[in-house]
Amino acid sequence: MEPIYMDNNATTRVAPEVVEEMLPYFSELYGNPSSMHTFGGQVGRRIRQARQKLAALLGAMPEEIIFTSCGTESDSTAIWAALRSNPDKRHIITTKVEHPAVKNLAEYLGTNGYRVTFVPVDGRGNLDLDYLYDHLSDDTAIVSVMWANNETGVIFPVEEIAARVAEHGAVFHTDAVQAVGKVPINLAENRIHMLSLSGHKLHAPKGVGALYVRRGTKFAPFLMGGHQERGRRAGTENVASIIGLGKAAELAAANLEEENLRVKKLRDRLEKELLARIPNAMVNGNPEKRLPNTTSIAFEYVEGEAILLLMDEFNICASSGSACTSGSLEPSHVLRAMGVPFTAAHGSIRFSLSIYNTEKEVDLVIEKLPPIIERLRQLSPFWAEHQKKNASRRSRN
Amino acid sequence: MWEYTDKVKEHFLNPRNVGEIEDADGVGEVGSLACGDALKLTFKVDENGRIVDAKFKTFGCASAIASSSALTEMIIGKTVDEAARITNEQIAEYLGGLPKEKMHCSVMGRDALEKAIAHYRGQPEKKVEGEIVCECFGVTDVQIRRAVKENHLTTIEEITNYIKAGGGCGKCHDRIQEIIDAELGRPAAKKESRPKQLTNIEKIRLIQETLDREIRPQLLQDGGNIELVDVDGDKVLVKLQGSCASCQMSQVTLKDYVEAKLKELVTDSLVVEEVR
Repeated sequence: MEPIYMDNNATTRVAPEVVEEMLPYFSELYGNPSSMHTFGGQVGRRIRQARQKLAALLGAMPEEIIFTSCGTESDSTAIWAALRSNPDKRHIITTKVEHPAVKNLAEYLGTNGYRVTFVPVDGRGNLDLDYLYDHLSDDTAIVSVMWANNETGVIFPVEEIAARVAEHGAVFHTDAVQAVGKVPINLAENRIHMLSLSGHKLHAPKGVGALYVRRGTKFAPFLMGGHQERGRRAGTENVASIIGLGKAAELAAANLEEENLRVKKLRDRLEKELLARIPNAMVNGNPEKRLPNTTSIAFEYVEGEAILLLMDEFNICASSGSACTSGSLEPSHVLRAMGVPFTAAHGSIRFSLSIYNTEKEVDLVIEKLPPIIERLRQLSPFWAEHQKKNASRRSRN
Repeated sequence: MWEYTDKVKEHFLNPRNVGEIEDADGVGEVGSLACGDALKLTFKVDENGRIVDAKFKTFGCASAIASSSALTEMIIGKTVDEAARITNEQIAEYLGGLPKEKMHCSVMGRDALEKAIAHYRGQPEKKVEGEIVCECFGVTDVQIRRAVKENHLTTIEEITNYIKAGGGCGKCHDRIQEIIDAELGRPAAKKESRPKQLTNIEKIRLIQETLDREIRPQLLQDGGNIELVDVDGDKVLVKLQGSCASCQMSQVTLKDYVEAKLKELVTDSLVVEEVR
């Protein structure tokens, strides 16, 4: 049975067009793009085309794109580059809700010679911009704020922040792994210095990412060695995947409208129907400023891992902010930073859709999920308690 | 994804004895919403002291639900005295084993059973014994000692897997380590004794020894190296080599590692400086 895949913020299906584009580079076109001969050189030309396609999606110039191995490498490269090219500055600003790729590096730097400010969010997941601006100083080397949050889909005003940060003379980096392909991005019209993206979140394969570095931004490479990527990222190119990422960027540009119309409509219907059919359920995060494909819904008094495993019986794929799925004991740092109460945080499920989802699939989730939540609530001692309280409240009134 | 046994999956998908016995003889409640799992166990005892019915309600993940379901099956038909001897390991075994990160689910079952039996026997509600060590999950030193003893645990990670202590902010890790060490009869974290007053020659020799024995091997692992250039009073002059020389973190290495180590093992007043 085909899975009903609604976990696209975790990873996406590689588009068939992307696979097709990549295949020759696993067989006959195996040349090294750095070689002097025509056989290798033709591969180099195709990498240039991929770079152009990705640049076009971002409103960037091709020479501003560095191909990397993943979003995490792009994030690390950006942050280290800013710190190493501004050795006198010892302050970093980021947020409490970053992906671990930024958060864990920032925490490490915080105990290794740098001061780190983690900007808080409010109950709807909106960033406290005043707090961020108040902490900007001459000592600030880099500000790193994600474009959109992976768990709630909440979008941050990174273009506005970038302008303020640039006035202060600090570097602005954004982890746009969840945003690229889902929201329009035009780097020609803003002051973002560096932007990270990951191939496998936009229907390219895993193992390839990119870092945009605005022309004129001071830079120091993370991987040193050969001259690849104009000396900014050494190592023989992951040729097939880079060409795949180029194709995926071309498709993303073409599909951006569908993503924001059809996929958004599917997401909205899924969300609306689930909230209507399941009591004590609520959306995590600001519903107005969100990615078109993401909804995080909290189901009170039940636990996320149990929900996921019961959905798995119907081959429905989603993910959870619950502690039990991650191997840690605490629920997601994003939901905790938002102050989502424990009654809800442990039972939060994220659905993230893509252009491959259909109305039929949404129907099926709408049909299957309410009885799953009901079944787990029948098992939950807190649900009985909650209902007792409700009943006594009603009889008093 | 967790590797659950078929038995865990089966108990999760078809839990036995769900509910609450109205006029129960024994009631045991453990856990909380904040902790992410909770269990309410109720049972009925006949005139011979035998458990004739048991029911559970559980908030939690698949293995918490399966452990609760298994527990009710295990105790029905047993006398209360027999049931009192059930350990968390036996609950896990009954299910064909649990992933190690999920052992706390079986401990939750055992704790609820213990509480329900105490309630049945009319024993007063046990006050929290000992001092709270892990504030995130409200775990005491007494509970940690018991987990170490009964489940033969030897590391903080295992303690977290079994009773959650240390799974939150991590501030209590040092204290947990102390408790484990004391319980296993290990000497407390070794603080190498160092002579009080050093002559200059002794000091230089000790610095050289510490560099050779403790510090250099660590740096070599990362492709770096260090050379002692001179000692001037309390100032230790060193030269970083290999990858350390070009590493952007070299100042951190110097202060947070090399200097800290020398202060610990030679004398507190040392200051390390790099000669280029």
